[in-house]
Amino acid sequence: MALKEGQFGELKVPLTWTAAVALIVAGIVAVALLVNDRRETLQNQAYGVTRQAVDTVAAPVSGAVAAPGRWTRSVVDWVGDYFFAVSDNRKLKAELVEMRQWRDVALAQRDINERYRTLMGLRTDPPIPMVAARVISDSRGPFANTRLADAGGDKGVISGNPVMSEHGLIGRVVGVGANVSRVLLLTDTTSRTPVMIDRTNARSILTGDGGPNPRLEYLRGRDPVKEGDRIVTSGDGGVLPRGLPVGVAVKGLDGAWRVALFADSTPIDYVRILLFRDFGQLADQKSLSTTQLPTPKTEDPEAFKQQSILGNTPPPPAGGTTPPATVTPAPAQPAPAPAAPRPPAPQPAAPATTPGTPQ
Amino acid sequence: MRRAAAGLNPVQWLAVPMLICIVAAILFAMPARAFGFQMPEPMWALVPAFAWGVIRPSVLAPFALLILGLFFDGFWGGPIGLWALALLIVYGVVIALRNILSGQSELMMFAWYVGCIALAMAVGYVFMVFGELGRPGPLSIFWQFLITVALYPAAAWLIERFEDQDVRFR
Repeated sequence: MALKEGQFGELKVPLTWTAAVALIVAGIVAVALLVNDRRETLQNQAYGVTRQAVDTVAAPVSGAVAAPGRWTRSVVDWVGDYFFAVSDNRKLKAELVEMRQWRDVALAQRDINERYRTLMGLRTDPPIPMVAARVISDSRGPFANTRLADAGGDKGVISGNPVMSEHGLIGRVVGVGANVSRVLLLTDTTSRTPVMIDRTNARSILTGDGGPNPRLEYLRGRDPVKEGDRIVTSGDGGVLPRGLPVGVAVKGLDGAWRVALFADSTPIDYVRILLFRDFGQLADQKSLSTTQLPTPKTEDPEAFKQQSILGNTPPPPAGGTTPPATVTPAPAQPAPAPAAPRPPAPQPAAPATTPGTPQ
Repeated sequence: MRRAAAGLNPVQWLAVPMLICIVAAILFAMPARAFGFQMPEPMWALVPAFAWGVIRPSVLAPFALLILGLFFDGFWGGPIGLWALALLIVYGVVIALRNILSGQSELMMFAWYVGCIALAMAVGYVFMVFGELGRPGPLSIFWQFLITVALYPAAAWLIERFEDQDVRFR
């Protein structure tokens, strides 16, 4: 029997109500997705298959869309270079004279630094390998500031890798696909970056708010920062290496200290992804967090016998239990040092010195 | 009359605006600058979220908005579900106030549109503060609000184009 012929055949549900039900169902789906979303974490698996799929599909499309803009900019740059070659040449010559002086200073400082490092036996950081990538899409809204770069897991990029333009730090990788990676910019609302003021070494947290100039928060001390101070990464927490250039301090309209980013001075076409792995990331976290104590060991009486000056200690009984660690009385002279390091006994140790031994 | 009785073609009034929103978002996500300024980034999907609610109630529209919102969240790299929820809230408010909205002057419709954009931005702000423990800058929210408000002619055109095609809901 068809539905129309049955008792519910004449039942009509107003479309407004069915639309309301559809709205509620869609809303529940949206809330469920929102609650379960984890975006800014460093764990790669938390980035999610959905996001990786979106990035992988968006990468070639955005790359194709961005290509005409890139070509246009190349043409404009080429024309500009042609017309402004003389003025640029003069400016570059003046900069070269200044830079030569700085080069001499840098060489002298490098020499001093190397001597200090040798004297102090410092372990210097190894050089960081990096990967070049092209930016293919850019989002700038108040709730998301990210970029897509066309290098991913195939080039060794992992979540947490810092990303720089030719001028300074722009953010870090939060999601990696096969050949694309999502970069969370310093300006994103969820971005928190440990930085320091180069002049005073004062620490701060660079906090994005969706605008072009992120805030400097948790500044301590009296006048730790002033206008124009250079801001670099502090390396605290181990996610970023120390000393990457970030920007200069500026006073915001709201009275808060903000940072004018170095990377914001020019359009970002190409970026460098630093394949940086801090010790904290390299370490075996499981072994560090283990609570199991080492197995207690008692002293070997045979080894002790060899070390004894008297050398006539009777051997222990064959099937008996291990005797407790004892110290043979010795003449009034210092006890000889053990031949090999031994683990400490779990029970309270016997007196470390014999009677009359100087302490 | 036959056309009005037949109702709206979902491809025309739902699928085509969706597609336009997606293409526009991809185009405006180009990493390009003009005269030193970055390209604007309006929330394109708020246009159909407002217009679809005014045109008529629909079962498909909420799911279309859900898909659009999820696309924007994924493409822009924001929290998944944030824009989907904001769009659905705007749509729900417009559906609930349809009787008040119908027959209003152009100026009043613009005022309602501005109010809906402000509501969507407020939803985003509240979630970022309580959900992500971030505090978006008011200036950055204002810029996106302003550039989205500037899209009102597109919403007015969409309403004008499809409102009279299904007279059952007038």
